[in-house]
Amino acid sequence: MFRFLIGRLALLVPTFLGVTIVAFGFIRLLPGDPVLLLAGERGITEERYNQLMEQFGFSRPIWEQYFDYLVGLLQGDLGTSIVTKKPVVTEFFTLFPATAELALCAIILAVAIGIPAGIFAAVKRGSFFDQTIMGTALIGYSMPIFWWGLLLIILFSGILQWTPVSGRISLMFFFPQPTGFMLIDSLLSGQKGAFASAARHLILPAIVLATIPLAVIARQTRSAMLEVLGEDYVRTARAKGLTPFRVVGMHALRNALIPVITTIGLQVGVLLAGAILTETIFSWPGIGKWMVDSIARRDYPVVQGGLLMIAAIVMVVNLTVDLLYGLVNPRIRHN
Amino acid sequence: MALLEIRNLRVEFDTAAGPFRALDGVDYTVEGGEVLAIVGESGSGKSVAMLAVMGLLPDSATVSADLMAFEGIDLRAMPAAERRKVIGKDIAMIFQEPIASLNPCFTVGFQLDEVLKAHTSLSRKERKDRVIELLESVGIPDPLRRVSAFPHQMSGGQCQRVMIAIATACAPKLLIADEPTTALDVTIQKQILDLLTDMQRDTGMGLIMITHDMGVVAETADRVVVQYKGKQMETADVLTLFENPSHPYTKALLSALPENATGDRLPTVADYEAMMQADVREVQP
Repeated sequence: MFRFLIGRLALLVPTFLGVTIVAFGFIRLLPGDPVLLLAGERGITEERYNQLMEQFGFSRPIWEQYFDYLVGLLQGDLGTSIVTKKPVVTEFFTLFPATAELALCAIILAVAIGIPAGIFAAVKRGSFFDQTIMGTALIGYSMPIFWWGLLLIILFSGILQWTPVSGRISLMFFFPQPTGFMLIDSLLSGQKGAFASAARHLILPAIVLATIPLAVIARQTRSAMLEVLGEDYVRTARAKGLTPFRVVGMHALRNALIPVITTIGLQVGVLLAGAILTETIFSWPGIGKWMVDSIARRDYPVVQGGLLMIAAIVMVVNLTVDLLYGLVNPRIRHN
Repeated sequence: MALLEIRNLRVEFDTAAGPFRALDGVDYTVEGGEVLAIVGESGSGKSVAMLAVMGLLPDSATVSADLMAFEGIDLRAMPAAERRKVIGKDIAMIFQEPIASLNPCFTVGFQLDEVLKAHTSLSRKERKDRVIELLESVGIPDPLRRVSAFPHQMSGGQCQRVMIAIATACAPKLLIADEPTTALDVTIQKQILDLLTDMQRDTGMGLIMITHDMGVVAETADRVVVQYKGKQMETADVLTLFENPSHPYTKALLSALPENATGDRLPTVADYEAMMQADVREVQP
């Protein structure tokens, strides 16, 4: 297990290097000049333009810029936003709790509904329920996130007026945010109605963000369960006279979870990608919206730093998933 | 009263090509302490019949019978929860592939404990002791250590011993062994057969041995049921069957044994096909 962990950690180094190249290169491939965009419609004198280019280091050869960027990274410096003049790390950690809260609620929703739905569909294979669940999952998987988000806003915020359109909490509430998670902070604040407001703001974005992972998890659970339900050890469990709940929920599910955990791990990347759209639709002040705004402003350090941090999160989650296999599957643990 | 009495058992599977009858009107009677062997080639319905008794057939199977009684109580009339109290406790079954039959994610101790927890009122401590005792009784060396082993850490023979321990944990009145030695190598086969027959003798339980190995039949069985293509060909005590088989299919099976070969070529069941077809038609209504 230790050797496995060391091997996986060693693999992170080239992966990380690859991400730096992608993050550094792709934003520069986009047409548009960060300094001209910074100047806005009023324009800028050539002298001032050259001065700013020099100041941001954009006038130097590209490989020098990349080398400086790498040296900065090794020192833990992700750079400074050319728009807000704040360190990228500070901005990231200010906004990240909002995205983390949204992504966490979305994945909890996706797992809490997706796994039982997949199990139920597998147990009732070929039935009306199976076809309904799998049909719905396919629709959920195929639907564009922004369109689905807008539909929900029209229904729940527009017509029914049950939920707010945007933001994390009503402007009526103001309290310190020690955790950055609005649901927890609103509870800690003790202000009446704060938690309900935070929950009402969170529910629609969470549903939108959870839709694709939910569909994928449900389909993966179903197919893993179908495979496992035909195994000899499931027959043995039934031959012991165990209840169907224990046979399915324990003997079958424990084995079916192994591929499902991989899927859940992979969904973290999908969630962070989805967060970019979802946060934009719901004006959710997280890193997704921050990244979109920064791309529009060609804020190179923010886009590079943000991408790198997101990639780091995805890599850490995937590593955790690999380690989780060992816990779920003793055959891996002992090899 | 017989331990297990089955009359006119039929099993049909729904398939894409229409209904397929896997068993067609077979009868079984097993007395307490008796060893019944069910023999026949693959597809003769041996396992299907016993899976029907255990209630382990898939939903696509339709089981019907005039009688399917265990100790005089009709299994089919029992509600599912009641039947689960009998299955695993009074009627237990072991299977062909011992490694695949144990759950790879749980220790053998857990898998043994589970059946005790489901069917007995023993405390956690008593169950733990009983698990060790059971592993010892089936000949697992160092049971205190092996109790926390996973199936992949054991050999096929040891896994089958664990399966036998699981099946006999609640002292069943009837044990069904579905080709318990097929997946094992020859030396281990003998040990497992000896273990099963010793346990049967010691506890006085009924034993149904499903096999296609006539050697196993000769060694273990009191009575034999011969099946072919879902139909019962012959039922006889073991001596009569080997000395004086009455049905052509039984003769075919016995003459296919290498030790009974007379010519250069070993006869196959196909050589007796014409005789058997005539006979199968005779028994059909």
